[in-house]
Amino acid sequence: MTDVLSAPLVVEFPFTRSLGPVQSAFLTGLRERTVLGVRADDGTVLVPPVEYDPVTANELRELVEVATTGTVTTWAWNPFPRRDQPLGTPFAWVLVRLDGAATALLHALDAPGPDAVHTGMRVRIRWAATRTGAITDIACFEPYEGEAGPDEPTHHDGEFTDPVTGIVAPARLDYVHTAGRAQSAYLKALAGHRTVGERCPACRKVYVPPRGACPTCGIATAEQVEVGPRGTVTTFCIVNIKAKNLDIEVPYVYAHIALDGADLALHGRIAGIPYDQVRMGLRVEPVWAEGAAHPDHYRPTGEPDADYDTYKELV
Amino acid sequence: MRDVAIVAFAQTAHRRRTDELSEVDLLMPVLHEVLGATGLKANEIGFTCSGSADYLAGRAFSFTMALDGVGAHPPISESHVEMDGAWALYEAWVKIMTGEADTALVYSYGKSSPGEVRDVLTRQLDPYYLAPLWPDSVSLAALQAQALIDAGDTDEAALASIAARSRTDATTNPYAQLTGDVPAGDHLVHPLRTGDCPPIGDGAAAVVLAAGDTARALCARPAWIRGIDHRIEAHSLGVRDLTDSPSTRLAAQHAGAFERPVDTAELHAPFTSQEVVLRKALGLGGDTRINPSGGALAANPIMAAGLIRLGEAAARIHRGESDRALAHATSGPCLQQNLVAVLEGESAHA
Repeated sequence: MTDVLSAPLVVEFPFTRSLGPVQSAFLTGLRERTVLGVRADDGTVLVPPVEYDPVTANELRELVEVATTGTVTTWAWNPFPRRDQPLGTPFAWVLVRLDGAATALLHALDAPGPDAVHTGMRVRIRWAATRTGAITDIACFEPYEGEAGPDEPTHHDGEFTDPVTGIVAPARLDYVHTAGRAQSAYLKALAGHRTVGERCPACRKVYVPPRGACPTCGIATAEQVEVGPRGTVTTFCIVNIKAKNLDIEVPYVYAHIALDGADLALHGRIAGIPYDQVRMGLRVEPVWAEGAAHPDHYRPTGEPDADYDTYKELV
Repeated sequence: MRDVAIVAFAQTAHRRRTDELSEVDLLMPVLHEVLGATGLKANEIGFTCSGSADYLAGRAFSFTMALDGVGAHPPISESHVEMDGAWALYEAWVKIMTGEADTALVYSYGKSSPGEVRDVLTRQLDPYYLAPLWPDSVSLAALQAQALIDAGDTDEAALASIAARSRTDATTNPYAQLTGDVPAGDHLVHPLRTGDCPPIGDGAAAVVLAAGDTARALCARPAWIRGIDHRIEAHSLGVRDLTDSPSTRLAAQHAGAFERPVDTAELHAPFTSQEVVLRKALGLGGDTRINPSGGALAANPIMAAGLIRLGEAAARIHRGESDRALAHATSGPCLQQNLVAVLEGESAHA
């Protein structure tokens, strides 16, 4: 295990999603402490409501208002809440059929323990203090012994002032990425300012960076081969648009560079030469910044340009 | 209609962690094993199809990296599904049925160890009403288990016996991750105990499909796919009867599963309670051997566990231990989508 590098990896996106008319009315309704369902083709009321009938796939648009009280149809006691779940203390996941609805909604139930929860128990919505038009506007359900809501839902036109038309749903997943054998060896060599690829035992090609297998032969590579440090620009582009969070002045040149001894070109930025003088065949060498994990950029070596025939297979 | 068979199957030993292996490192041995078993070279395969999910290990486009292990140059005819490999097998079967290929390589892999799989799987849920609540996979299965208990279909003791049978059977499966005497444990999410839940781990699997006489030439006793179908239900748990699986029943009907009894069934039931649902939907009685491999309760490499059910069923036919087997794979929360295949050995199909 000591040979394999690992590092925390966080994958995080704020998913921005638009809403259909039924979802928009439902989520706006939650903001206004109103629960809307939609009438399906068979006459039953679906809560949470959907845009299309689950059986016939027809467009559904007839909205109704249902009660904020309901009955638990199944439950599961969660003794160890996970990050971002509705409650931070142990709670029950529940499917709740709200009075007036034919289907059940998934949410959390705040209860003292599993002995206090059973299928058929009566519950009501506890609203979140701050509501934005999201399923989390329902903070959770809580046990409720009072009157049931009407069995028959009432018509609702779905009209609200300032309707919610989209949601932003943050999603974060935490990983510990391990680089595997080949990439760990590559990264460790880079730390010593050496570039080490791997040779295919069948076709003899040297891959940099190595990924553990020869993509042509489909077999493992293992023999390590130091390449470079000098190389040849096989092709390049001129970047004219500044990337977010990247402190490099435009225009600059981004190139494919075939390091000497490598059979695969890698990517790198070219500097130390005006951008409009970079050309295919230019000979370059890496420039290392203090403490960096990889070359900062490549600069011209001053050698004569490589002949096209020496790198044409790598373009 | 062409006759198509599974002619080779291989899987890795499934393990909790495989830090030293990249996904292609994990996959290559099983690819080489099925190619070796059939004597085929990668460039002799008519179609290649894989199943995997980038979210498991958090690596974008990991399936393109995995292709390095196939040897995809000169360019091959290839496809990928962001699903269990059982659905990749289905696509490959269709490709062969069209006549565009005579052989297919199908593989899948799952490397769950880098992430928290319970959280990762919440990202496959409805993004409007479910995903913001982060309901994890064990919690959703527990809601289904409680519904079964309420309906009188099972109880905690019966669930524990499913777990015990699976892990006992798995003692003869050299690839299984969790075998033998595994305690029922505490409630992870009530009513499911740790013993009712699958192990989390990394693994890969591969099969080779072939048509007609090609299959007969590559394998002494091909496992003929007599029927295969997959069906899906509504995503929302609240509109489904969680104690039943009409999609499984319909897929089985279309696959011809009810025409004659099967002697073996490999069911993709990661949770003990899901086996109860599947047995009911498929009408499986005591004369059918259920999950002799130990099933997903013994090894559950996500995205490969369904393909492994097809592979395990086929391998029993290859070895002459089964004449007619049912293989099942599932996808989505609480058995939302289900695939059923019926496999037969030649002598059974007189």
